Order: sequence, then structure tokens, then C-alpha cells
Amino acid sequence: MTTGISRSVPRVDAYDKAAGITRYIADIPVAGVCYGKLVRTSISRGTILDIDVPELPEGFWFISEGDIPEGGRNRIHMIKEDWPVFTNSEVRFYGQTIGILVGPDREQLIALADAVRVTYREQEAAFTIEEGLACRGGALHGDDNLFADYCLVKGDPESAFSRAHRVIEDVIETGFQEHVYMEPQGITVEEQDGKIVIHASCQCPFYIRKAVAPSLNRSLDDIIVRQAVTGGGFGGKEHFPDIIASAAAVAVTKVHRPVQVIFDREEDMCYSTKRHPSQVIFKTALDSENRIIGMDIDARINAGAYESCSPVVLQRLIFSSNSVYDIPNVQLRGRAVATSTIPSDAFRGFGAPQGIIAAELHMSHIAREIGMDEVELKRSLMVSKGSRTITNGTIHETVKLHEMWQRIAEVSGWHEKKSRYAPGSGRGMGAAFYLHGGGFTGSGEQDIIKARVRMVKRDDGIVEILLSNVEMGQGLQTTFRKIAAQVLDCDYRDILLADPDTDRVPDSGPTVASRSIMIVGRLVQLAAEQLKHKLHEPGAQESEAAYTQPPGCHWDQETLQGDAYPAYGWGICVIETAVDPDTCEVETLGVWTIHEIGKAIDEAIVHGQVTGGVIQALGYGSLEKLELKDGKFFQHTMADYIIPTTLDFPGVYSELVENPYPYGPFGAKGLGELVFDGAAASYAMAVQHAVDRTVSRIPVTPEYIMELKTHG
Amino acid sequence: MDSITFRLNGTEVTITSPGTRRLLDVLREDFSMTAAKEGCGEGECGACSVLKDGRVVNSCMVPVGSIQGCEIVTLEGLRESEQGKRIIDAFVQSGSVQCGFCTPGMVMAAASLLAEHPRPSEAEVREGLSGNLCRCTGYDAIVRGVILASREGEGL
Ligand code: FES
Ligand code: FES
Repeated sequence: MTTGISRSVPRVDAYDKAAGITRYIADIPVAGVCYGKLVRTSISRGTILDIDVPELPEGFWFISEGDIPEGGRNRIHMIKEDWPVFTNSEVRFYGQTIGILVGPDREQLIALADAVRVTYREQEAAFTIEEGLACRGGALHGDDNLFADYCLVKGDPESAFSRAHRVIEDVIETGFQEHVYMEPQGITVEEQDGKIVIHASCQCPFYIRKAVAPSLNRSLDDIIVRQAVTGGGFGGKEHFPDIIASAAAVAVTKVHRPVQVIFDREEDMCYSTKRHPSQVIFKTALDSENRIIGMDIDARINAGAYESCSPVVLQRLIFSSNSVYDIPNVQLRGRAVATSTIPSDAFRGFGAPQGIIAAELHMSHIAREIGMDEVELKRSLMVSKGSRTITNGTIHETVKLHEMWQRIAEVSGWHEKKSRYAPGSGRGMGAAFYLHGGGFTGSGEQDIIKARVRMVKRDDGIVEILLSNVEMGQGLQTTFRKIAAQVLDCDYRDILLADPDTDRVPDSGPTVASRSIMIVGRLVQLAAEQLKHKLHEPGAQESEAAYTQPPGCHWDQETLQGDAYPAYGWGICVIETAVDPDTCEVETLGVWTIHEIGKAIDEAIVHGQVTGGVIQALGYGSLEKLELKDGKFFQHTMADYIIPTTLDFPGVYSELVENPYPYGPFGAKGLGELVFDGAAASYAMAVQHAVDRTVSRIPVTPEYIMELKTHG
Repeated sequence: MDSITFRLNGTEVTITSPGTRRLLDVLREDFSMTAAKEGCGEGECGACSVLKDGRVVNSCMVPVGSIQGCEIVTLEGLRESEQGKRIIDAFVQSGSVQCGFCTPGMVMAAASLLAEHPRPSEAEVREGLSGNLCRCTGYDAIVRGVILASREGEGL
């Protein structure tokens, strides 16, 4: 029986959502609203020569670059100044914003947007990683098309390769993935008391404020962002709301009416950001005993037309590219390649899934080559406390993967099934091992985010938590309250926690990077401990907690050396599949997972994250094919971009192992992304076993399996 | 413009509207009933589910002209019934709700399913909810919620 904070309680938001009472942004009527429709480029690369806007009826406006308030920047500030708000000359990708039509009638707006005529001078464009590296059509960024180019060295790879008895080469590829949060993107912008107020379905209210203020040439305090109830994000509402909010905010300064932009599904699928496609090339050196003595890794991601957060995604990918293995001598190059596609951006896992899929598949390929059991090979190289990481940092915690493996092998019947299913028999088992670093990469938490959390006891004795992280389905409204209630010894339902409003809350950072519980939850705990002492003093009382780096963690951002993350979550996912010999359709017969996340703040919420993350990853690994055709996404409706339904996968077995982390709240570490990192690789390896062919890319569709069976 | 009369959550209503308008828009705009959501607008996700003569339908695909004389139940109506309360409560107890955007549609699909199969197997629940997409939960907790609702229903 689970006790203490891990014991599940009903979520505070569940009833209103299940009863249809909760109102999302599209459910809230706004008096005098103008709807906004973005007008976009219809070519991928070139120059705009002319924009011909039809005559607009009374009450309609077309807003473009010339409407940016004086002194405002036509650049959206993301990590740095980045995408233009509106383009009126250079076109870098299909679907880039030219302007925004606003007016009171949505049907009319669509017709007007269709009637805008744009003439271009078109230029040759690069769409794939290879084309980007070759600077097809001329470089889009700098002179080499690289937004980032990193090198890592661990040990002495040169001497390892000179001693190598044999070198195994491999290329692992992953494709685009669309978030498909069930609630499409949506924002409403209005003027209130001379300020600009933005209501947004979003993950990062302070990001929107930072993005919009320079375009309007206003101070940060003049922009107020209020998070609307958010129907899923998964990274897709990390930076993309900045894009819509900037355009709509410029419009509001012009028309002085509220402007609302709600995407329909097709618009969302065609023009929102996606997960970075990746290509990881391995050369692994083995000695005469077939022991791995060195590895050369060349990792590339398709970053798209603007930088956004691609360098940071690339960092997480390369730091994850040895996964849970201590490879003795490694050299790595990582590149974020500019192409004329919609800029790729955050998606649950943020590069780690691509790194882990590559590592897991490559290790399984080595095992196939040398005739060794893949799990035995992996277990022989597994990191433990004190191991050196690929960035020459240290694993500071006890690693429980071996005991987790014993347990999951037992519940999944691994050994018996693995020996019963001959390779190529049509039945297969796959096991992926993975980790995920909690919080921002490197020194980001300390140097960039500097999270703060405030807590107040009001005059009437009610306690309120003030912070900027959002509920987007992952349960924060409940888990933050539980942390505070555990300290204050009260009922979690008695604590207030509103959806963040940048005018009221301190900046505790964005809702990303598996940082909300581990980093911000810890600050909730510390603020509550301080407030506890003052709880019985009369009148209003207040406490505040600010982030400090755990002792013993060192990081150099210039050289990317040291402890990339203070602590990790750990996981194993086992999958059993049956592949139809004729159609190559795959049936998933079982999914077993075990995770170590320090301590669960609420077991039901954790298991919900596990199941949701694993099924989303299985979609990525098997069904979710998103292809570019001439710079446009070929799949752009829910009918042709397929995500898992209730029928695609069986129930997910989920078990947790405790290993409290001293600097997380009640021992908790990050969770939300870890649970996405392994299942796609596990699925690919289960199919690999079933068909006895080397699987090197995802999604593993029946067509791909057919191709493997035909061509080997 | 057509004059269309139907029953909405037990009350007879008449509207004047082009018959081609989507039932989803009529509910949300004319009746301010926003429990049904637009997730796709093309009949793929089930977020807009309502009951039409007791059967779950995607209201984004129903032209309002086709519901003359029909009985339409939305979550605003269902949540007042014993069965609706039971399903909502079971969802809360089972951790079936995350972002919540799919949830109203799931509750409607569950109501339709339980009306047909009061004691469904897990396979029947999965089949019955297969027209409703959820990107957050991976479905297990929703399936458990429906089964819990069916058990509680028996006890009454
Ligand atoms: S909105 Fe009707 S099925 Fe998706
Ligand atoms: S709970 Fe978010 S889509 Fe189902």
C-alpha cells in the first residue's frame, strides 16, 4: 500500500473537465472580437515581389510588416531574435507569415485570405539534411547552413580506432512528428488599461511576453500573459504561441479591438512546428574479443528555416547518444542543419528520444553482428554511480537499472519468450534502456532561468502558490498543491493555485524539460517550509524560494563539459510483437515498463504520464509518418496523419522503483519526457527480432517491414 | 434559412438557421453549450461527440437540417442524469482526465456504449471508444473509468 505523498488523490481539475464545465480559449466569448487569419507564403524559398490584397469590407484589416509600431522589431525573440513576425521580402519556408487579416466574420476572412495574391521570385530550396549540408540553392544560414556544430571527445578515441580489430558502421534515422495536442493552437489578445493582455493556450507565459514586447517596442511589464486552460502541449505550445501572439498583438495595436486566432486542425498540422528529424551515423571500434573500445558519432538534425531552440535540442540529443552506456572512447560531431522547412521545435523529449533510439538500435545491431545477446551486451556496458558521461561529467546517483531489469524481465516473461521466439519467426521481443536528465541542459537553470516561487498566506488564512508553470494535462495543479500541503499539513484542495498571469506571479520558468516537479516543485517545498514558520502569525505572510544549483555539479557551457544534468530518471520498456507474414501488419502483444523517477508525487498521475508517453512514443515508432513533398507536409489532417486509438496497443504495464533524489521535492525527479524516450526503440527492436532484419529507422510501418523483407 | 425543431437535453427547441450549419456550431454558438469541442472538424477525433437519439455522433459532421425531430443530448444534459454523474465520477476516480480536451467526447461515447452494453468487457470498451482520440492518457485510465462506471451502475 502506497503511503505519504505518492498516494493518489483525485485531481483538482478532473471534475470540471469531465463534466464539460472547464472553458478552453475557444469556449470563452469575447465582446467585439475580431478574428485573425494568418496569410502565408505559398513557396518555400525566394523573394516576395508583390502582395496584392483585395479591397477589404468595412471592419476588416490586413496587418503586415508596415504596421509594426515605430521602433518595434520585426523579429520574434525566442532564445535570441529569431523568426520575423511578418515577411515582406525573404521567404525561407512554406507557410511563413506574411500578414494577418482581421475582421468580425470567420468565413469572410477565409475567402479574403484566399484572394490575397502574392508574386514571388522562387529559388531552389534544400529540404533534407543532406540537401541542407550541401547548401542546395545556396546557404540559408551563414555560409555552411549550420545553426550549431558541436564536438565532444571522451577518452582517447583516436588510439581506440587505431587499435580496432573491426569497425561496425550504422545509420539510424527518425522522421518528423506532429504533436496533435487535442486542442489546436489558440490565443486572444486585447488592450486593457493601456497594456496588451494575451490569453494563450501555452506552456510558457513568460516566453510569450519576452517574444512580443520587442515587436511592439513596449516594456515587458506592458505585456501581460494569462494562460488559458491548455488542452495538451507536448512541446508544441512552448515557442509556437510566440508566433501567433506576435502577429495578433501587432494587429491589436492597429485596430484597437480584441483579436482572436484559433487554428483549425488542418492549419495546425500544416503550419505548426514539428519534432526534428534526425540522422545519426555510428562507427564503432571493436577489439579482437569483440569488446567495444571506441565510438565515432556524427549526429545531424533537420532544424528548418530558423534557429528557434534547435541548438539546445541538438545538445540534448548528443548528450543522450550514449544513452545508459559507458562507452570508453568517444568522438562526436553534432550539427543542426538549416533547411527550407518549418522550423523544427520542441517536442516531448527534446532530442533525447532521437539520441536514445539511435543508441539503442545501434547497440542491438552490434549484438546482431557479433552474435551476442543484445541485452547482455547492453548490461555489460551500463553506467553506474561514478561513471563518466559523454561530456566527461559524473553520474552522481545510484543506478538501479540492473535490479529494474531483473524485475521487468520477470513480469514480461522475457527469457522464456526470447528463447521460444526464434529470430525471424514472426514473434519478437524488444527491450530499450533509457535515461532522461531533469531540468535545463547544463547551467541553464542557474544562468538563464533563475526560477523563483512565491507563496502567500492571505489575511483570511488561505495559502496561495504563485509560479509560472502551467497545467497542460500533466497534473501540476494537483501535484504542486500536494507538495505544499504535505509541508503545511493541510488538505491539498484548500491551497490556491491559479493559472499563471505574468502580472501576478514570479517567473519560475517555462513548463518544459521535465523541470516542473524536480526544479520548481522543490522550490514549492522550500517556500512552504519557510511559510510554515509564519503560518500562525497574524495578517498576510509571504515566502519566496529561488533556485540554487545542487552542490558538486559543474558545467562549462563554452566547451560543453561537465555535468549536463544534475540527476536522471531511468527506464526500461519491453515490447512483444507479432508480425503478419503476408501483410507485415504488426500486432503489439504486450508493453511492460519500469521507471525510476526518485519518488512519485502522485502514483496515479505518474502512471497516467507513463501510459500516455509510451503510447505517444509507440505512435512515433510505428504509425506516425509525416512526409515532406516540395516543402509541404503531405499528411495534414487527422485522417491521414495517424495517431494511436484505443485499438492499436494493449494496456501498458507500469511499475515504479524509488530512489529519492536529495534535491527534488520529497525525492522526486523529472518524469514527463523520460516516459517518451524508450518505447519507439523497443518497438523497433521487437520487430527486428520478429523479422530478423536490421531495422534502422522509424516509424517502422508495414511498408518498411515489407521493404526489409524483400531487400534484406 | 430553415426552421428546425428538435429536443435538446429534454427540451423542445426551434431554431432558424441554414440547414447546412454544423450541429457543433449551433450548440456552441446559439446555445452557448461548449462542452462539445472541435478537435478536428472532420469526423476523426470524437471531441465533438453528442448523443443523437441515444447514439453517439460527431456533431461536426451533422448538418443541423438533418436533426429535425431528433433527440440531442449534450454533456450539459447528460451530467444532470444518474448515468452521466456515474461516468463523470468514475473518470475522476480512475485518473481518466489529463488535459481534458477529449474528455467530454469520451464521456458521451461511454454513455452510448454503456447504454448498449451495461457490463462491457475491456475489449468492448476499447471498441466503443475507438472513434475518440486522446493524445494524453494512452487510454488505459479512460478504459478503466468506463469499466468502473459500469460496475457502479450495477450496484444501483
Ligand atoms: S471535431 Fe468532430 S470529430 Fe473531431
Ligand atoms: S486528456 Fe488530453 S487529449 Fe485526452
